Amino acid sequence: MLWTNTKRIVRTGFINFWRNGFVSLASIVVVTMSLVVFASLIFFNILMTEYVNQVKEKVDVNVYFTVSAPVEDILTLKRSLEGLPEVANVEYVSRDEALARFKEKHADDALTLQGLQELQENPLPAVLNVKAKEPSQYGSVAKFLESKNALGRDGTAIVESVNYNKNKIIIDKLVKIIDMSEKLGLGLSLILVFVSIVITFNTIRLVIYSAREEISVMRLVGASNKYIRGPFVVAGVMYGVISALITLALFYPITFYIGEFTRNFGAGVNLLHYYAINFGQIFLIIISSGILLGAISSYLAVRRYLNV
Amino acid sequence: MIYFDKVTKIYSDDSVALKDVSFTVEPKEFISIVGHSGAGKTTLLKMLLAEERPTSGSVFFESTDVHSLRKSKINKLRRRIGTVFQDFKLIPNKTAYENIAFAMEAAGKTDDEIEADVPHVLNLVDLGKKIWSFPHELSGGEKQRVAIARAIVTQPDVLIADEPTGNLDPVNTFEIVRILKKVNDLGTTVILTTHNKGVIDAVGKRVITLEGGKIIKDDKHGKYIL
Repeated sequence: MLWTNTKRIVRTGFINFWRNGFVSLASIVVVTMSLVVFASLIFFNILMTEYVNQVKEKVDVNVYFTVSAPVEDILTLKRSLEGLPEVANVEYVSRDEALARFKEKHADDALTLQGLQELQENPLPAVLNVKAKEPSQYGSVAKFLESKNALGRDGTAIVESVNYNKNKIIIDKLVKIIDMSEKLGLGLSLILVFVSIVITFNTIRLVIYSAREEISVMRLVGASNKYIRGPFVVAGVMYGVISALITLALFYPITFYIGEFTRNFGAGVNLLHYYAINFGQIFLIIISSGILLGAISSYLAVRRYLNV
Repeated sequence: MIYFDKVTKIYSDDSVALKDVSFTVEPKEFISIVGHSGAGKTTLLKMLLAEERPTSGSVFFESTDVHSLRKSKINKLRRRIGTVFQDFKLIPNKTAYENIAFAMEAAGKTDDEIEADVPHVLNLVDLGKKIWSFPHELSGGEKQRVAIARAIVTQPDVLIADEPTGNLDPVNTFEIVRILKKVNDLGTTVILTTHNKGVIDAVGKRVITLEGGKIIKDDKHGKYIL
């Protein structure tokens, strides 16, 4: 009997969906709008995250050593830094490497190169480029470098300077901007998702309000609540599935047109490529959101008319 | 079979719909309940269907107090009572066949039973040719016959007809009365509410007269006295 009832509920849901064409269409339009908002938020968050990551990537702290600092001491400090939980990675640039990079950077500047040659010895110190996991963690890295841990084996100072203090204001501002943009993005997403859910729920509630007489007749002929509710939930699932497919189809031309723009001016991410590569994942998110939105809205809206 | 025991219904606006109403309905009986509009006829039927709860008193269906039933059991009670209304109450987006089949599905009948019984019952009410018509494609009399077919297809113990001829012309009215009498002859208890004198006279069976929520007359071979 369970199988027979399930079959009948699904069949009735499909029939009602087709016969109430205009109402179904209106519901699909509203659910589609909600899903477009969801999908837009997904893409917005991807761009935002990528952009923030790129900015974070550009921030580091450079530790300049004295010219006489022994390489072993520098490498010992490098290992100590790598052992810190806040540190993502440490790059060692030897004096020779620093000189080579300097020359490469100023290859077109003959005057500077001539001045360097006249010095006869390498004036550049060795450098450690330290990247923290989060920009907010550079403060504690800088503190570590100011402590006794940054002394050579013989107790002399090997660190000439750390550019953290010079960049502190910029880093602090950046930390605040990143933090605020993440919170703003999350807050905006939550508000938009909430508004979409409320609009969808109310639309489906109106659809079911128009069927309240039908529901009362079903109750009077002795149909169980499950049997009455089932076809409405099936129709809700259909609204969700069709809306999700429309949304996924809409995002192909949208990402196609804005993909180049986001690559050049955004975070270097071509949204069309991102969409194509992650289609399976996005498909699952959108389709399950559509199904849940349609089914739960219908379930809750019918419940109101089932009280005996 | 059905027993109303001192049933009183007072609505939240203090209007009294029923006052101390007691009567018994025997199996296979045909009862007409008459009264002016607002006399309490529909409220009385709603009590039996557990759509309304009495303010005091009890309604028994066989030995069960209808209002002591849990919500999940009420639909089982309703499957034993067929209902016909003045405004037909057909499901608009279902064909005549589907409207009747729905009642059978709700009662847990198999697909084979539905396929056999629905055409049969539609033929009984002379609507064999309208089997795939939607309610908006049917006349008032035809809609009411579909409603009767839906009410009797599950072979209920009781058929309730609330002003079933209220929206019909005289020809269709007497056609509906003929069908209700036939249903009763086949062994189903029928409770009919009406304020149509012609209907009461045509039925010629027990008549309970309500006025202001009270029973003022219960006559075995009653006539319309209002």
